[in-house]
Amino acid sequence: MSGPSDFQPTNPALKWIERRLPIMGLMHSSFVAYPTPRNLNYWWTFGAILSFMLGVQILTGVILAMHYTPHADMAFKSVELIVRDVNYGWLLRNIHASGASMFFFAVYIHMFRGLYYGSYKEPREVLWILGVIIYLLMMATGFMGYVLPWGQMSFWGATVITNLFSAVPYFGESIVTLLWGGYAVGNPTLNRFFSLHYLLPFVIAGVVVLHIWALHVAGQNNPAGVEPKTEKDTVPFTPYATMKDMFGVSCFLLFFAWFIFYMPNYLGDPENYIPANPAVTPAHIVPEWYYLPFYAILRSIPNKLAGVVAMFGAIIILAFLPWLDSAKTRSSKYRPLAKQFFWMFVVVCIGLGYLGAQPPEGIYVIVGRILTFLYFAYFLILLPLLARIEKPRPVPNSIADDVLAKTGGKPAPMVSTVIALMVAGGLLLGGAESARAAEGSAKPPAQKWSFSGPFGKFDRGAMQRGLKVYKEVCASCHGLSFVAFRNLAETGGPGYSVAQAQAFASEYKVKDGPNDQGEMFERPGRPADYFPSPFPNEQAARAANGGAFPPDLSLITKARSYSRGFPMFLIDFFTQYQEQGPDYVTALLEGYEDKPPAGFNLPEGSYYNTYFPGHAIKMPKPLNDGQVTYDDGSPATVAQYAKDVTHFLMWAAEPHMEARKQLGLQVFVFLILLTVLLYFTKKKVWANAH
Amino acid sequence: MTTASSADNPTRRDFLYVATGAVAAVGGAATVVPLVSQMNPDASTVAAGAPIEVDLTPIAEGQDIKVFWRGKPIYISHRTKKQIEEARKVPVSSLPDPQSDEQRVKPGHDQWLVVVGICTHLGCIPIANEGAYDGFFCPCHGSVYDTSGRIRQGPAPTNLAVPPYTFVSDTKIQIG
Repeated sequence: MSGPSDFQPTNPALKWIERRLPIMGLMHSSFVAYPTPRNLNYWWTFGAILSFMLGVQILTGVILAMHYTPHADMAFKSVELIVRDVNYGWLLRNIHASGASMFFFAVYIHMFRGLYYGSYKEPREVLWILGVIIYLLMMATGFMGYVLPWGQMSFWGATVITNLFSAVPYFGESIVTLLWGGYAVGNPTLNRFFSLHYLLPFVIAGVVVLHIWALHVAGQNNPAGVEPKTEKDTVPFTPYATMKDMFGVSCFLLFFAWFIFYMPNYLGDPENYIPANPAVTPAHIVPEWYYLPFYAILRSIPNKLAGVVAMFGAIIILAFLPWLDSAKTRSSKYRPLAKQFFWMFVVVCIGLGYLGAQPPEGIYVIVGRILTFLYFAYFLILLPLLARIEKPRPVPNSIADDVLAKTGGKPAPMVSTVIALMVAGGLLLGGAESARAAEGSAKPPAQKWSFSGPFGKFDRGAMQRGLKVYKEVCASCHGLSFVAFRNLAETGGPGYSVAQAQAFASEYKVKDGPNDQGEMFERPGRPADYFPSPFPNEQAARAANGGAFPPDLSLITKARSYSRGFPMFLIDFFTQYQEQGPDYVTALLEGYEDKPPAGFNLPEGSYYNTYFPGHAIKMPKPLNDGQVTYDDGSPATVAQYAKDVTHFLMWAAEPHMEARKQLGLQVFVFLILLTVLLYFTKKKVWANAH
Repeated sequence: MTTASSADNPTRRDFLYVATGAVAAVGGAATVVPLVSQMNPDASTVAAGAPIEVDLTPIAEGQDIKVFWRGKPIYISHRTKKQIEEARKVPVSSLPDPQSDEQRVKPGHDQWLVVVGICTHLGCIPIANEGAYDGFFCPCHGSVYDTSGRIRQGPAPTNLAVPPYTFVSDTKIQIG
């Protein structure tokens, strides 16, 4: 984008266009001929990865918006129906939801890279500030997107975050009302969040164009932190950077696909599979992992306004970085002290992230305050000070010298970098995940599930038995309202034929109407109907159950989780073990004990359950030996019932699990092949440059 | 991208490029499948398109009703003797879309005409019992259909479609 283009089209049609709109010349000079420092390492591919992710998010987002309903009464259901009914809807939703995490994962690496190599320094200040603006826009977009499924965490996250603005003196309350469009978070809030969530990515794309423009004017920074001087210092963007970026994106896709196909819910909060309920707050309101450090800063300050100011300040301060760090040497490679402090700062940030996921009590608060101080001290005290006292090592004369010094040394440690990234990612994400469970209850034992692991499949027999248990026992209080009778005959389901599903449906009475007389009537169920709920609404359910509300079971295995703790979450990440929900449900059903342990004060009308949080559950022991008869000779025991019904409910929560795992395997085979090919192609291309 | 340094082994190198490009292209093409497929009717829409049953008893001779199946209006007309005669005496060869009335109704149920009430011109809804032929008239662009739902005048190219239906009993049909 700097200087006139040397692009000379030969095709007359292209020439005609080029004279009137020199867009091909612009593209050519920006992405083909553009000189790239030849010593860039793989940390620089995250720019390309981010562009790719922005494209993926916009594309999948536009598609999801075609199926989503932004209404408080329908949003949750519409998201569930996207996943269940829309062709490949589960895939698109997984890509979009995990994609948000991937986007932030990549942007953090991109930012830390800029921090380490001094990419914010003269003449790249505007480039850096544009980056901070993009980051802020990403945070706003990600937050509003998280609200859209209208689950419990969405609703309460929206309430908490919008309430931040109530800290503003004098106008706070009016600002919050203005943001909500009502007296509480409600339908108008959801509507505007949807509108803005659709808008902001395009604003981001606009600022990204400015960001790249500024990058192409100033030129890319590089690990040596010296500007290119001669031709020998650079290589043309295409094919060199293009190939390298494509290889980087391909590696990143492997990491991404791991989440999409094998642990789609690992990064989300189970609480968000419970529909929004303005009457009940979750035990812990935790933001998505990528906001946790700032959430920790917010909670560290024991004053509402100051906390909010500190939280926003922690981001805004990045924009002033070019002036806070006045050191002449750019790259921390040649700054022995800055290098060490940089890594300490990384640890502080990860530590803040960990604390953000912990309950704000005891030692966590104290450590949180220390880390918050260290976070700001890094920018406000350390960097200005370092610039004065540190004696940097000599930088190479030119990029060419830097490259020559490296050749003959160890080869680029790409593999180890990828592994390090995966471990770091797993650690960071797992650390956040581990914090999201209800504490204070015994951990349910891990069960053996036929559906766990990458090749797992549902056990049809267990599902059919589980359906029987559901119908004869659970259905008297619990609904299954996201499952249709026709689902019983779908591939990946309990393996019934269409006729069997139809016969099953016709045993139910379904309310329909109004008819020609304007009256409601009952008719036998049809395959297209959904499982009827035992109670017409929450009030009726509570009235019939002594004030307790039996939750709908369609999503129960996804809506339940518990802390697996260190190092189990690491094992979970690598083994793709996602079965906390099913483990919890089956353990709960088996966890009833006749007598509470000595000293436990069981409230009136409750029953003691080892695995229920707080141990006092309103549901009486639902399953007893011999209660349901099995025709297939399976033992009629509580343990068997619990396992079977959980198996069935796991399918009810994710009917496309088999399709997901199957497609995942194909995608992995493909991606590995592509990555290997890209690696060798890249090597061949770069052979000319070294 | 043939440069001097690769001239020593051009075939292997070219093979690598072509293979990489081909694999990437296959991946790109495969990615399009879910992105396009999601636009097709989803499972609940497909399920909602199940057959419907219509009771014919309340429809008096000369009357017609409109029911919906798969989001489309279906006209069910109880034709009078006169209307049937009109439909049958027209020479089939003189019609723009030649079809005999017998082909458009179920044998033994000559009085019942069941057609998709969507003009075959551009998808408007014709009005029943109107127009010069006592059948259907589409006010949008002036297509006129006869008492068998066959096009007689105007821009529509074909007769009103007959949906798949069967007589469950003498007084009940199942559409779909």
